[in-house]
Amino acid sequence: MTATIIWTIAAITILGIVLAVVLYLVANKFKVEEDPRIDEVEKVMPGANCGGCGFAGCRAFAQSCVEAANLDNNYCPVGGNEVMKKVAAVLGLEVHEKAPMVAVVRCNGTCANRPVVNDYDGLKSCKVKAALYSGDTGCFYGCLGCGDCVSACQFGAISMDPETGLPVVDEEKCTACGACVKACPKKIIELRNKGPKNRRVFVSCVNMEKGAAARKACSSACIGCGKCAKACPFDAITVEHNVAYIDFNKCRLCRKCVVECPTGAIHDVNFPAPAPKPDKQAPKPAAKPVTPASAPAAAASPQTEASSAVKPVKPADARPAAKPEVEKKEE
Amino acid sequence: MKKTFSIGGVHPDDKKISAGCAIEVLPTPKTVYISMAQHLGGPAKAVVAAGDRVKTGQVIGEPTGFISAYVHSSVTGTVKSVGLRKDLAGIPVVHVEIDVEPDEWVETADTTDTLVTEIPQDPKFIVDRIKANGVVGLGGATFPTSVKLCPPPDKKADILILNGAECEPYLTSDYRIMIEKSRQIVVGAALMKRVLGVHKVVIGIEENKPEAIAKMSEAVSSLAAGSGDYAGIEVITLKKKYPQGGEKQLIDAITRRQVKSMGLPIDVGAVVQNVATSLAVYDAVQKNRPLIDNTITVTGDCFPRQSNVLVRVGTPLSYIIDSLGGIPENAAKAISGGPMMGKAIANLDAATLKGTSSILFLTEEQTRRKPESNCIRCGRCVEACPMGLEPFLLNKLARNGMTDELEQNGVQDCIECGCCLYSCPANIPLLDSIRIAKGEVIRIIRSRTAPKK
Repeated sequence: MTATIIWTIAAITILGIVLAVVLYLVANKFKVEEDPRIDEVEKVMPGANCGGCGFAGCRAFAQSCVEAANLDNNYCPVGGNEVMKKVAAVLGLEVHEKAPMVAVVRCNGTCANRPVVNDYDGLKSCKVKAALYSGDTGCFYGCLGCGDCVSACQFGAISMDPETGLPVVDEEKCTACGACVKACPKKIIELRNKGPKNRRVFVSCVNMEKGAAARKACSSACIGCGKCAKACPFDAITVEHNVAYIDFNKCRLCRKCVVECPTGAIHDVNFPAPAPKPDKQAPKPAAKPVTPASAPAAAASPQTEASSAVKPVKPADARPAAKPEVEKKEE
Repeated sequence: MKKTFSIGGVHPDDKKISAGCAIEVLPTPKTVYISMAQHLGGPAKAVVAAGDRVKTGQVIGEPTGFISAYVHSSVTGTVKSVGLRKDLAGIPVVHVEIDVEPDEWVETADTTDTLVTEIPQDPKFIVDRIKANGVVGLGGATFPTSVKLCPPPDKKADILILNGAECEPYLTSDYRIMIEKSRQIVVGAALMKRVLGVHKVVIGIEENKPEAIAKMSEAVSSLAAGSGDYAGIEVITLKKKYPQGGEKQLIDAITRRQVKSMGLPIDVGAVVQNVATSLAVYDAVQKNRPLIDNTITVTGDCFPRQSNVLVRVGTPLSYIIDSLGGIPENAAKAISGGPMMGKAIANLDAATLKGTSSILFLTEEQTRRKPESNCIRCGRCVEACPMGLEPFLLNKLARNGMTDELEQNGVQDCIECGCCLYSCPANIPLLDSIRIAKGEVIRIIRSRTAPKK
């Protein structure tokens, strides 16, 4: 009995050794030469395989980085500059820092601003809804509210606000991978600079209709009046097809446009205080990450005092860093 | 045995409540809005500007490609503006807005009612007139008729099928024109027969329209007695089944030929035209009168004043509804087209198009979708699909974005008839997801087969 057990163990051990040798030889013979740096780069990647970089996954991205002569065309939006620095360290390359981005919902068509004119009864999907008709409000351009962006987000960074009916981006979780941008059939979501201290100013509307029609559909639509463009000291605002657009590379966050906008379509986010003007409505808590939909303060009509509060600030003084402090003093 | 197509189909209640209402001519509204996207293919380019005076039948839009059509002014008046206006789905489209004055036709058009039965000998003359007068398919797809009548030289048609099935519930506009303008339709058929050089023309009408069958048969026999140009035209009674009016289904029902996947009817030697198109062809060729009006059924169980009205293209829907007594109180949805394939009207200020066939009012109870539940694999959708597809599977694949599998399972053959959705006991919005997937798959197929530049 004991002998049988010993023989069995011995036979299996010998078999194991022989096979291991065979496997080793085969593995050596058919070895695929691969740059070891790919593995190293992959290790520092976030590993979400989200495809936000434009490659099939983190490994494909790593391979592309290794093969590339420089890192100018490769950028991991999820990992951001930190990861890219690590990648550059592994590869001995230089990396140009990119400003962190965040998804911004450019629609202000809350239930209150944009009355529903018909009742949609079909499949709850923006793609389906957009293919059928203009949507259940008078605005052809705005958010359809079925949440395709929510299901596209792998990071759980977007949710629908039941009160406004608009998607809300959690900027802590948003990695700017761009999945929601692709998922939105109305193209209202844009990746924009996160801005210093997460502060940013953007036009929360993409309605290309003429002013009167846009206003009729949504009380806080951009009517393309161009007041913001005139007020902007940095030429950051262009009005094309009846809608204003703020170039975030030029914008210095002076917020003159916010005050000028007659419909409150321009939103300022994460500034310490409401736009510098006395407000009829209760000012919202400033520290709260402000979503496009929940910025009623910006929607209030500009008043003379508000304008005068801004006037002393000359364009030259309005450096981005200095500006918020100026406002604080004025308070 | 009466003919019908071989697989699938459903039997919705036909509800032809407006069948007895003779066609009335609605007075022209004060302003018309003529869309430049009246047809399948490239939208027409407006060739008038604000301030121009136009006559009835004058060209106001020119085609912008091979698959495109002329658009004519349906009224006499002054162009007020040319610009974006919302269509019935609320999507901005270029419209020409015209302030209406008393009618003054272009000189070339023959506005008398005399029936011209003599068929011109030259097929090119006929096609040119069809093209110049902006005739498009009025069966729903609004495909330019002149393009359809000129198949590529390597393909030859041997049968022309006129679609008088009108299989959609509620719709009666084709029925009414078959009764009131049967001779004109037959002349139109003979004109298209000459163009295609075919010897056989079949007019297919469903069995629930005995009066139309009688009228059309009588028109065919009396015209055939007078001239050899009308030989080979016959009227066939079809069994009532939806979607008989689908091109592929009608060809199957009448000739038993099957159009293969992604194929065209011409591949099996058939050309299908709607009876309303035939009437438009008659007007265009024999009278040189552009397609500027069409018959629209205004109906619904909740709508008290059932009507079939002849309106000019570009008449606002709200004007038609108001002149017929306004929107019924308990109407929850207005549909342009039939209840199976029609489009819900999101904007009642939109204007009619050449292809508008009806305004249908449905009540909350008739139209409200019931909550979706799980698929129980009963197979009713598979049984109902006239294209032999498996809608439950396509729906699952579509919701998961599996385009390769969708293509293997033939989503591109879906004709969007809605039989699956109609038959589903679990109220799954099958067609909603399948339609989107079909669009995507067809786009992929086109990009693959497109010649590389």
